[in-house]
Amino acid sequence: MRIDLNEIQNWIVQHSRILDLGCGDGTLLKFLIEHKQVQGYGLEIDSDQINTCIDKGLNVIEQNLDRGLGNFADKSFDTVIMAQALQTLHFPHLVLDEMLRVGKECIVTFPNFGHWKARFHLLSHGRMPISDLLPYEWYNTPNIHFCTFKDFEVLCKERNIKVIHRQVVNESSQSVFKDIVPNLFGETAIYHLSK
Amino acid sequence: MPDVIPANSVGIVSPQTLHFTHPLLLACGKTLDEYQIVYETYGELNAAKSNAVLICHALSGHHHAAGYHSLEDKRPGWWDAYIGPGKPIDTNKFFVVSLNNLGGCHGSTGPRSINPTTGKVWGADFPMIRVRDWVASQAKLADVLGIESWAAVVGGSLGGMQVMRWALQYPTRIRHAIVIASALKLSAQNIAFNEAARKAITSDPEFYDGNYLEHESLPKSGLAIARMIGHITYLSDYAMGEKFGRDLRSGNFNLGSAEPIEFQIESYLRYQGDSFANSFDANSYLRITKALDYFDLAREYDDDPVLAFKQAKAKFLVVSFSTDWRFAPQRSREIVDALVGANKAVTYAEIESKFGHDAFLLPDERYQQVFSRYMAGVSI
Repeated sequence: MRIDLNEIQNWIVQHSRILDLGCGDGTLLKFLIEHKQVQGYGLEIDSDQINTCIDKGLNVIEQNLDRGLGNFADKSFDTVIMAQALQTLHFPHLVLDEMLRVGKECIVTFPNFGHWKARFHLLSHGRMPISDLLPYEWYNTPNIHFCTFKDFEVLCKERNIKVIHRQVVNESSQSVFKDIVPNLFGETAIYHLSK
Repeated sequence: MPDVIPANSVGIVSPQTLHFTHPLLLACGKTLDEYQIVYETYGELNAAKSNAVLICHALSGHHHAAGYHSLEDKRPGWWDAYIGPGKPIDTNKFFVVSLNNLGGCHGSTGPRSINPTTGKVWGADFPMIRVRDWVASQAKLADVLGIESWAAVVGGSLGGMQVMRWALQYPTRIRHAIVIASALKLSAQNIAFNEAARKAITSDPEFYDGNYLEHESLPKSGLAIARMIGHITYLSDYAMGEKFGRDLRSGNFNLGSAEPIEFQIESYLRYQGDSFANSFDANSYLRITKALDYFDLAREYDDDPVLAFKQAKAKFLVVSFSTDWRFAPQRSREIVDALVGANKAVTYAEIESKFGHDAFLLPDERYQQVFSRYMAGVSI
């Protein structure tokens, strides 16, 4: 399981009701159902991913996150999760508001564009960074709203969002500096939020 | 007519008839003292009788859903693309039951049957039938077949409404509910189209207040117009444009030409209307469209579909089609939202299709994938 998904499960309460936005192939949802006995629903738009979720017997619902979560009632889920999808949305801040309306808590993970490799790439090549984690050209990337950890912290402050936990994980190298200077050495951020 | 029966066909099938002599109390308060149901089955019922799938048909459907009645048949059953060996409803795994609903005109008791109390054709006196009556009669059929619970109940459009009703009316007798291109209730626009269709029938001078058979006549032109109106709503603007465009069947626009002009779409719709008028009963059409209009899953649950679905125990698959404007994807999303609100298991797919409401009957790769994969997970 991807490292950010592995961390997320620590913050999920047994038997809770979960909504996973952009649930992909359903790995996390299936894990949470098996290990935390959650009642879970996943939203996804990719037809191949939806097929894989159906194979796993998951509750997968075809829904475009950019159309909002208006169809879900206030506080109708214990936790709303969105792993590695924030940067693909047209209006990430609005979806974040919606997540905190629909869920009592939410968990968000996203790639850190302030990582030293990204900074170095832009500085030395003068071109948009391409990495193993983000292997796209600027024109065909699904990732249209990049941010750094600091950017996200500012957004939370501006919108009065409470950070319950924050964690930084690195898939490739376990940098000892990531906990000291996360915005420079952290690859993926995991935020546990409430309003 | 197939030269050979395709390997993935259920092959040659023949309808069966069951007579019921226990009275069926209908939602309208009237009782059918006795009735018969015509049905077909495909595949084998297993020893545990746990692999049965019920097919619920839509407005103009009937029991002949798959296979051929004879090698002379021009076309297989109406849902042959989805029922058969290796198809989404795989007859190697499932025992499929497909019936003609009460009030119809393909063999089950309906307005053309004899009213046992009068010895005459029911005609206009045949009682109003509601979706819940169909479901009740389907449950009686299941009793006779020894099927305690369906592995799945499946239906598109009006068939999907029966599936949802099943989930509330007999929650322990349905394990999976597959609701395709359907809605919790009709919109005002849907009812309006139905009323225009009914008005076409009842204003046909051959209608005789529904007792046309006594007068040895048939309101064919009214029924044909009704079908034309319905048919327009089943297709998308795109599908019609693609198939017919502004092509002419006869005549031309040359100056001085007095030859009457006929567009291909006109001729097509007329053909559809006429062939339907020859095979369907006007009183059945009136009753079935009324059943559609009256259906409202949440009516007796405070108009709250979440409260309604709290009764359900089945797992749901809901499917809609992008260009369906008769039962638009939004109608299916309402079903899904209510199921999520009721904390029920649900999978939802919105299939990109050009073919409007009719798409639920037509072969489509993604639709077949979603359907097959879901059915593969239905345990028997």
